[in-house]
Amino acid sequence: MCVRIPAGSRCNTMHDALSLKDRLDQILEVEYTFRSTATPVAAIGELPLAERRYAIDWVERVASTNIELGYQYACRVSEALAGMDQHQVEAWALHAMDTYDREGLRPALEVIRRLDRFARERHERASGCVLEEKRGILHGFLQGLSGRRLKLEESDQIYTDTETLYLPPVLARLPDENDNFILYKVMMVTLWAQIRYGTFRCPLTEILAKQPDPERFLHLFQALEALRLEALIERELPGLHREMERIRGLPGEAEPAGEWHALRRRLARPGTRVTEAVRLAEEQQQRLEPGQPPPWQGVLQPELVEACMAARLEREKAKFRVTLKLLEDEHEPGRPPGEREKAGGSRFSKRELPAPELPEGMRTEILLDGKPMPLPEEVKGLISSIIVDLGEIPDAYLEPAGPGAYDPALFQDEVTDPDDVWSGVYHEEGAHLYREWDYRRQHYRKNWCAVREKSVTPVYDGFVEETLERYVGLVKHLRRIFEAMRDENRLLKRQNHGDNVDLDALVEALADARDGREMSERLFTRMHRTERNIAVIFMVDMSGSTKGWINDAERESLVLLCESLETLGDRYAIYGFSSITRKRCELYHIKHFDEPYAAEVKARISGIRPHDYTRMGFAIRHLTRVLSEVDARTRVLITLSDGKPDDYDSYRGDYGIEDTRRALIEARREGVHPYCITIDEQARDYLPRLYGPAAYTVIDDVRILPLKVSDIYRRLTT
Amino acid sequence: MNARILKLDEYLVDEEPFYQATSDEIAIFEAAYVNGLPLLLKGPTGCGKTRFMEYMAWRLKRPLITVSCHDDLTASDLVGRYLVKGGETVWVDGPLTQAVRSGGICYLDEIVEARKDTMVVIHPLADDRRVLPIEKLGSMIEATPEFCLTISYNPGYQSVLKDLKQSTRQRFVALEFDYPGVGLETAIVSRESGIDSETAAKLIKFAGMTRNLKGSGLEEGASTRLLVHAGKLIVSGITPVSACRGAIAQALTDDPDMLAAVNELSSSIF
Ligand SMILES: Nc1ncnc2c1ncn2[C@@H]1O[C@H](COP(=O)(O)OP(=O)(O)O)[C@@H](O)[C@H]1O
Ligand SMILES: [Mg+2]
Repeated sequence: MCVRIPAGSRCNTMHDALSLKDRLDQILEVEYTFRSTATPVAAIGELPLAERRYAIDWVERVASTNIELGYQYACRVSEALAGMDQHQVEAWALHAMDTYDREGLRPALEVIRRLDRFARERHERASGCVLEEKRGILHGFLQGLSGRRLKLEESDQIYTDTETLYLPPVLARLPDENDNFILYKVMMVTLWAQIRYGTFRCPLTEILAKQPDPERFLHLFQALEALRLEALIERELPGLHREMERIRGLPGEAEPAGEWHALRRRLARPGTRVTEAVRLAEEQQQRLEPGQPPPWQGVLQPELVEACMAARLEREKAKFRVTLKLLEDEHEPGRPPGEREKAGGSRFSKRELPAPELPEGMRTEILLDGKPMPLPEEVKGLISSIIVDLGEIPDAYLEPAGPGAYDPALFQDEVTDPDDVWSGVYHEEGAHLYREWDYRRQHYRKNWCAVREKSVTPVYDGFVEETLERYVGLVKHLRRIFEAMRDENRLLKRQNHGDNVDLDALVEALADARDGREMSERLFTRMHRTERNIAVIFMVDMSGSTKGWINDAERESLVLLCESLETLGDRYAIYGFSSITRKRCELYHIKHFDEPYAAEVKARISGIRPHDYTRMGFAIRHLTRVLSEVDARTRVLITLSDGKPDDYDSYRGDYGIEDTRRALIEARREGVHPYCITIDEQARDYLPRLYGPAAYTVIDDVRILPLKVSDIYRRLTT
Repeated sequence: MNARILKLDEYLVDEEPFYQATSDEIAIFEAAYVNGLPLLLKGPTGCGKTRFMEYMAWRLKRPLITVSCHDDLTASDLVGRYLVKGGETVWVDGPLTQAVRSGGICYLDEIVEARKDTMVVIHPLADDRRVLPIEKLGSMIEATPEFCLTISYNPGYQSVLKDLKQSTRQRFVALEFDYPGVGLETAIVSRESGIDSETAAKLIKFAGMTRNLKGSGLEEGASTRLLVHAGKLIVSGITPVSACRGAIAQALTDDPDMLAAVNELSSSIF
């Protein structure tokens, strides 16, 4: 039970009418929790009226997430307002709520408790550069550099494991924001250079173990190796190198000592390898001090790197050999396997072509029976990743791997069956994460819904044929309607050229000619064919409430709909949706855009079964994304449902409606036209708010659904 | 009936165009030509297909009639139509008909962009009948042996709508075009734009970076054409970074993050 005051009544007079204490008691549910509101009441009571209202409003928003969190926030909000502006106090509250969503109550309370730390970091963020804000640019930049595709993650330490670059979430080391951005770029490039130019092509842990003082050796090695890499960066990315030189000299960085200059020159010679840096470090470790590192320098993590590399080498070798096998079969499907073995040896070979622009100095072609073979993009990526590690494609890799040579788990990196995720401990692997709008908070909950795409299990029971038989008449009627729509073309009159003579124009022109006036040349009619370019997704309610006749009617109407749409030739897809809590939001694929309406799709329609609850926001968000990836002039999302949004974990009432409304606004912003067709009699109360007055229909017989769809189409194309 | 006499000379390529062959495409084209086979040039935009056609037309001494297809292009636009001129109806040949009659080379660029009804007139020309049906005139014209049909198609656009049907594809001899290798491309860009080969090499390095971005943010990397444009700007005194920004980055994307990323890449090279 909940006695929270509904959002609509959160008006100004409210605060004045109720005493501050009553109001806080109510928000913080004192009646049930026996908390004492004395402290917050005293603190908030000190504030001027406008700030008092602001504070109470935010206490209410935070308490809507968690009462204890709201309570702690109430105790400290006036202190926060004393030290930060309202905008920052707001950010603090949101950060606490996001932390709660992500990690739970204890870390969220920690955010409230460590107000000072938040204020300090906030200050850094204001003057510094925030990774999250620049991620798009930095990531794009990183993908442009050659070699392996690398990922970007946040971490307090700067390092790489050879697959991911770890960078700090905020950089405020330099006084200027843009310089901090450049610093990010330089950090990224230096880590990339370690991978690309072979810093890890030597057994570092082994070498370290032999040193008298491994830690000191590592520092020295890192400094020397940095010189080698910098020289390479200078040659490869001179513009970036100039920026490095500029920020190196900024406050706090000492010039390197004289003896380093000689070492730098040695390591800058073209063709110098990592082994030279190792040798110099061994030679110099008794005499030379590593000196002050440049501001972009991170740490080396030899153990992490070696573990990551070992796993990758094995995985990529397997993947490569299995892929060759697939390619071989594809190119010569008819040849019996025995004959191949007789021929002996692999049919694959490689050819290395000089390519001075690459660090390896050559480009590798894969040949099948001595002829170059076009490779799919992902295989090219695999090859460049292998070459980054080994400098070449070793001959052993060119042996295709027969069935059973490897455990498929080794090279399949994704969870293929979404249900597997639930058999173990909960984790979000393989799910798309979508945000959700919390109207009480007036903000999104980030990464809130874990969304997975599954497929409806096909049921081959002749349901479609039966339905078609039952509605022979209707099907014919529908076909006629949709056929007429297909041919809805406009006749253009008085054209310069065209398919037929425009009689009216001709008569006029002849009259003109007889009168001695100039005769018009615009005497034709022409059919203007509106080439249809629509993509539609049907989003079908598969919640538990559809059980019984609604489910039957839904399936029948989908059959009728598909029959009709096939006449039209437009692209359409069908997905079902259902959920049980935010952690289990499911979209059931029934028909993809590219899939023909054939036996399997029909069997999936027959297989549609009611599942759990009706969370709608995630489904709209995900399908909007699917729609925005198809190439079409008009994109339409039609929801078929039997009732309001509703889910087990508080996705009810206003919360569900407001999130759905948000998701629809986002969809429109992406250029998607949303419509809703429902059989919920009460829908008139909330649908206008969601879809606008013109974009929904309440029907009592689901079989007329195709007719409603044809209305929507007509409205869109004329 | 033939009111307009085709001025063949207009379409002849008089001077040898500069075309840098990248493989055996010239020999294959010539072999297809003497056998009366139609050709399909596959490849991303700006990698030399149009230039190749100009070169082949010059080499074979045939007029070249190029049509850039767009989504309003109909069969009548290709074949021809009646017009009224001074109170009389006049038949006017479309470009395809002109090429068929005069034994020219007809190049239909980006064929998938055209309306579907255009395929109907192309198919009988592209098999061994080699005829063009003209519905309006109620006649068929047979192509002369010199006539050659070539279409182009960019398989990079991952879209069902923009896919070439098997029934069309299988009538043509296909030539695959791609960005030339680093050495050739450097030569092409510096020759076409007049920049020194060192700057050209940097432009090509930059192009390579944008091509790495294909599929992860960009639909397509920088084409040879864009590099030539940037080179020309540089010759006119624009700084390389600005030239890359204006002639390449802006042409590749409108996404602000991607634009910024691409600009960061170019400024790190120069
Ligand atoms: N192989 C080549 N030889 C000479 N110039 C080329 C070559 N490839 C590309 N170019 C240059 O690139 C420009 C664009 O090529 P173009 O033939 O118009 O491309 P496409 O027709 O493939 O879109 C040409 O104008 C020319 O400057
Ligand atoms: Mg062209």
